[in-house]
Amino acid sequence: MNTTLVKQNWYKRNEIAITPWLFLVPGLIMFAIYVVFPIFQSFRISLFKWDGLGSLATHGEYIGMANYEKLLTRDRSFNISLWNNLKWLVFYLASIPAGLFIALFLNQTVRGIRLYKSLFFFPFVISQIVVGLVFTWFYDPQYGLFNGIIGFVGFKPLNVLGDPTLSTYGVIAAGLWPQTAYCMILYLTGLNSLDLEQTEAARLDGAKGIRMLWHVILPQLRPATFIAFVVTVIGSLRSFDLISIMTNGGPFGSSRVLSFYMFEKSLSEYGFKMGYGAAIAVILFLIMMVFIGYFLWRMYQDEKATNG
Amino acid sequence: MFPKPIEKSSRTWQLGYQALLPTVMLLWLAPLLAVALFSIRPDSDFLVGNYWGWPSSFEMTKNYGMVFGSAMPRYIMNSFLITIPTVIGAVALSCMTGFALGVYKFRGNLLIFFMFIAGNFVPFQILMVPVRDLTLDIGLYNTKTGLVLFHIAFQTGFCTLFMRNFIKALPHELIEAARVEGIAEWRIFWFVVLPLMKPAIAALSVLIFTFIWNDYFWAIVLTQGENAQPVTAGITSFNAQFRAMYHLMSAGSIVAALPPVLMFFLMQKHFIAGLTLGSVK
Repeated sequence: MNTTLVKQNWYKRNEIAITPWLFLVPGLIMFAIYVVFPIFQSFRISLFKWDGLGSLATHGEYIGMANYEKLLTRDRSFNISLWNNLKWLVFYLASIPAGLFIALFLNQTVRGIRLYKSLFFFPFVISQIVVGLVFTWFYDPQYGLFNGIIGFVGFKPLNVLGDPTLSTYGVIAAGLWPQTAYCMILYLTGLNSLDLEQTEAARLDGAKGIRMLWHVILPQLRPATFIAFVVTVIGSLRSFDLISIMTNGGPFGSSRVLSFYMFEKSLSEYGFKMGYGAAIAVILFLIMMVFIGYFLWRMYQDEKATNG
Repeated sequence: MFPKPIEKSSRTWQLGYQALLPTVMLLWLAPLLAVALFSIRPDSDFLVGNYWGWPSSFEMTKNYGMVFGSAMPRYIMNSFLITIPTVIGAVALSCMTGFALGVYKFRGNLLIFFMFIAGNFVPFQILMVPVRDLTLDIGLYNTKTGLVLFHIAFQTGFCTLFMRNFIKALPHELIEAARVEGIAEWRIFWFVVLPLMKPAIAALSVLIFTFIWNDYFWAIVLTQGENAQPVTAGITSFNAQFRAMYHLMSAGSIVAALPPVLMFFLMQKHFIAGLTLGSVK
């Protein structure tokens, strides 16, 4: 028997075991190089003092947990950023009920409703950079629409983005605009696939309005709510573009969040403190892991349920 | 249907709803409409403080002409040259990973799947320093290729989640039947599964196009300057050049936002199918 035949037989015999790995290899290699390894590298870099020039091994100085110690005990900017992250997390969640509200408003079958739905979804499609610019002008103390409106109602003009106590809220409000559009589309799809019988039965039983929404509709929308929650939490912790465009972290660092502070420490005119930046990234990563862990756990439960 | 169909309510309420729809829509899009209005004004309007009144003249051609006469077309071209290869690469890789994870049962299947999902959710900042170093080391810093490679790798996470769930929902009998016929596994992928994946490929392509077009963070981490930067990063230099010239900055923003908007309107069905995957059972 010649060897090629043996080889072919071996492949044939194990085809079903080998094929998935052949298909996985390109994706896995790319993902490992650009996503998995860098996470571990960041953990390592965070234990060094390193300006990013030369290699970490030769030019970095190992300082153990010193970066973390400084961050957690002596860095006021870190505290502000962390606190702002919390504000983002809490207020950004408002996009879920807001999205539900608009979805309920638009879930009709009148003429032209499809176009209305698309136009309401519009803010999500344009880049956050453009959203940021649009809202910066919207808030402009001199000729912004915002001050035009509050002036009309009789209030004094506000410099939202120039005021340290308001800047973060101003940016979050801008972020709510596209995020609400996203949640709206999730709920519109959910509303489209409601169980008609269940809804009609409840209606015959006299359920309507808020009670109907709470007891009959929302339980059916649970998958949409879950996805909306996932994307909103992740989005809030990832916020970077809007801050960078609208306030650049200011005034006086009052609108920084961890992701922005990290970037500023490692890659800006404030100096290349790669080790310190990596430590901030690790902390952000660990916060995110709490949520990611929860999402994966939920998905695991689903997988177990569907696979029997 | 919930809420109650408007046709079943009183005539006044129906008319009220018809009137409310455009009003609410105008309010919702007001910030954007303001920018659109700015972009067709002459600069003299800004000098005399006519921000919200009727434009004294319509300068659409002139303002947008200025935008196209600047470096903007370069940036837009870069955006296309970054976005399109990324879409192709990420969709191709994830068709394969999705096939492997959705069709075969093997040890570690779920573990790998969850690794892709988790990776897709991590904060960019944890990858930033090592990815920037890697890109510098292989000589791809400030090139479109460097950016494309990273985007493909990162998007593979999300795309795998999407494709695997889609393939898992396909009728498994088709694959079983092909196996009984003795068809090789890779031919099953190519001739049986791939044709069924067309809607998923369309949906994912539109979605990834928008995501990558709108990326800003990696654009400023991995590139600088006109020869490689996409339009999201380019618009900031454009604005620096035309500081305080609101009519031009507005026109520039609109041009930068246009391609994904067109994509969305042309491929709306696919876009929404992609976005809402998993939000209904």
